[in-house]
Amino acid sequence: MLLIKNGRVIDPASRTDAQLDVLLEGGTIRDVAAGIVARDAAVFDATGLIVAPGFIDLHCHLREPGEEFKETIESGTRAAARGGFTAVCCMPNTKPVNDNAAVTRSIVERAAAVGSVRVWPIGAVTLGSKGEALAEIAAMRRAGIVAVSDDGRPVATAKLLRSAMEFCRELQLTVIDHCEDTSLSAGGVMREGPTSIRMGLHGIPACAESLAVARGVQIAELTGWKFHVAHLSCRESLDLVRRAKQKGVPVSCEVTPHHFTLTDEHIREYDTHFKMNPPLASREDRDALIEGLAEGTVDCIATDHAPHDAASKQVEFDKAPFGITGFETALPLALRELVHPGRISLMRMIELFTTGPARVLGPHVEQSRRIAKGCVADLTLFSTDRDWTFRAADSASKSKNTPFDGEKFRGGPAATIVGGEIAWKA
Amino acid sequence: MKVVEKSQLMSATEIDRTLHRLASEIVERTGGAKDVAFVGIRRRGVPISQRLAAAVAASGGPKIPVGILDITLYRDDLSTVAPQPVVQSSDIPFDVDGRVIILVDDVLYTGRTIRAAMNGLFDLGRPRRIQLCVLIDRGHRELPIEASFVGRNVQTTDTEIIEVRLNEIDHEERVMLVDRVA
Amino acid sequence: MNPGFHDLLGIEPLTAPEIAFLLDQSQPFQEIQRHPLKKLATLRGKTVCLAFFENSTRTRISFTTAASRLGADTMNLQAESSSLKKGESLLDTVRTLDAMKPDCIVMRHASSGAPHFVARHLEIPVINAGDGTHEHPTQALLDALTIRDRRGSLENLRITMIGDILHSRVARSNIHLLGRFGAHFTLCGPPQWVPRELETLAPNVRRVFAIEEALKDADVVMVLRVQTERLHEPALSVEDYILLYQLTPERMKLAPPQAIVMHPGPMIRGLEIDPAVADGPQSCVLEQVTNGLAVRMALLFQVMSIAPPS
Repeated sequence: MLLIKNGRVIDPASRTDAQLDVLLEGGTIRDVAAGIVARDAAVFDATGLIVAPGFIDLHCHLREPGEEFKETIESGTRAAARGGFTAVCCMPNTKPVNDNAAVTRSIVERAAAVGSVRVWPIGAVTLGSKGEALAEIAAMRRAGIVAVSDDGRPVATAKLLRSAMEFCRELQLTVIDHCEDTSLSAGGVMREGPTSIRMGLHGIPACAESLAVARGVQIAELTGWKFHVAHLSCRESLDLVRRAKQKGVPVSCEVTPHHFTLTDEHIREYDTHFKMNPPLASREDRDALIEGLAEGTVDCIATDHAPHDAASKQVEFDKAPFGITGFETALPLALRELVHPGRISLMRMIELFTTGPARVLGPHVEQSRRIAKGCVADLTLFSTDRDWTFRAADSASKSKNTPFDGEKFRGGPAATIVGGEIAWKA
Repeated sequence: MKVVEKSQLMSATEIDRTLHRLASEIVERTGGAKDVAFVGIRRRGVPISQRLAAAVAASGGPKIPVGILDITLYRDDLSTVAPQPVVQSSDIPFDVDGRVIILVDDVLYTGRTIRAAMNGLFDLGRPRRIQLCVLIDRGHRELPIEASFVGRNVQTTDTEIIEVRLNEIDHEERVMLVDRVA
Repeated sequence: MNPGFHDLLGIEPLTAPEIAFLLDQSQPFQEIQRHPLKKLATLRGKTVCLAFFENSTRTRISFTTAASRLGADTMNLQAESSSLKKGESLLDTVRTLDAMKPDCIVMRHASSGAPHFVARHLEIPVINAGDGTHEHPTQALLDALTIRDRRGSLENLRITMIGDILHSRVARSNIHLLGRFGAHFTLCGPPQWVPRELETLAPNVRRVFAIEEALKDADVVMVLRVQTERLHEPALSVEDYILLYQLTPERMKLAPPQAIVMHPGPMIRGLEIDPAVADGPQSCVLEQVTNGLAVRMALLFQVMSIAPPS
């Protein structure tokens, strides 16, 4: 038994924001009330902390199997716990690609053995993510995937996307697309614009993303099934999602912390820690994304945590792989860029990390992602006022490829509780 | 670096008198200054060489050509000179081959400047003879260099500095002995 | 004035006084090219490492000659070298060269930002001899010296650039440099190669797609290399390019008679430029080469004669 005492409970599902205690036992929430007395319980004093439902990261890369030198399920989930995440959805672009039940099972089993938090694998849409034949989606469903994606790449053709959406509708699996028109983006290493011109780097125009979003939105309308835009980064894409939602099309989208924090102008001196796909966009895009986060067009914040070893990133800008880490800086950046300046409320921020991603995955996940009797005992405790500095060297991830080394934050994760057990505390 | 003036070695009048005396010495000891050319070493060697040529012409002697030599590229002590060395053009508008070149500088000290100046001259051709004329010789030679025409010999210690001020560059005219202060 | 140049990674970070200083410092070295004995001992005992990861004949020979005339030795890495073919990373290659203790490294590379990356990892000065499509600072300096000698000053000139501006590092460096002195730029070429974003590089940049209009009132006409390796991109046929953008004597008549013609080289006579213009009295192409030597000598002198920071 674990009693979380004196915390400020903020639960989006019930719109609760009150000083309440939470009692956990056997992996579920036993009671939520003021002044709980529980003699046999271990007590965690949450004075001064926010108590929220456990955060979910809808998009990350754990690199296992195949690239364990960059990250493993063990190190990645440890970093996730330090970031306040109780569940992470790992993308299938491992080696081999997670396109069959055997690989899915191996990930699930490994996570059960050494993971600090829940690992919910996302299966590939096509075999090898090659964009030719559909992967063993149903078999993977049984083995434990929670969604499908060919992330790293877009779903190769509209025809394939349509087939996959219709198939997944029956399996009740959301299709997540890395929206990119590769003919426009080929050779590009950053956002096309005045900055790419000045730096002499090949640019990717914004419409490389929005063209693919337009495709996905129309196929969602055609098939009537859930289409989720991964790492949405520009205002054209946001407008398409907004209009689709207004029409009642089942479209959702996520935004990464680096996209609501940085722009292409932040790329310092060809530092590859600022290179990712989709690339950092313009100031207008960033401002539009923040508005979208506030007004509800954006459903959730997802990190796209993409660890790379130092040697891979210590190369010329155009040769470096795309990606930065993100678990441990997601919540601090959300507080610094969105909540503290008053762009969104604390309640809204918590939605973006909890009920938002849960809804994308499905009603069965959404129902349980709340602080109420009988729900799963996953909680994220965080402070909103502790001053601290993030140091990449202290990160639990094996890789330190982050642009936020040395950044100062006010507030951050304090304790992460998974299934009633403390997975990590500060 | 703080310096304190110890004494004035030459006033404006004394400088003028010395230069006139040097001019006539040069004419006399070169047998009429026929193949002579002056090369003034930047910076203060330049106005001195121009005044010497004017003095020679004024007393009825030949018109001696005057050239300017920048020795920055020939120095052996570049990294100790300044955080950012500045090169200026040399300007030697006559053929160096076969000439008697009189190098002109304000102060002769270690001799390294003159060594560099000679290297610069050799890049331009082959003078028949090189001689040296200085306003002040302060001793402490580090190389086997001697001046044929000397305005004044001054004994100095290692910390002392001879400061030559000329109208063309400093807008005042005198020679001072200064000392470094701790 | 900053206490000495350490690296020269681009023109963009330099101020107008710093640029003027480098041009002034190039003049004594122009003069030295006229001496019977061109070899100095100024940088005797120093070693310049020439790391050309991208092929170049003219720039490499220019830097090699500049170093030797200053008395320095050179270390040469060329693009075809086998270690690069064997897949050695840039960082390892540069560290290996650095272990032989050169006094500075002059680098050309096909990736924009490669010299910046290398400069982060080395203590010795890094001089950018061309990085990807980003900058070619010594080219802009020698172009500016040529313009200043021919036109008397760099202030408020009307510069017309013709060709593949998008992929030209020479264009970018020149725009940064001349922009500091109030230049007005007219960029002319096929629209795919002259995108709108170029207008943000400096104040007073306009794009014009008809060469006749671009040449009116020009003080300087810079013809850029047609990078034939790019013609296969869905761009333009060679015949179309010649028809629309070749600099011919007839077209040059539209420019003022004192306008000068420049080209960074190598030229493809009959493609971007008519031989009569290339060899005509308005052409400064050979002066550019001579000035390139002077500029590079001045730069090597500046960078290697100051004491390294302790």
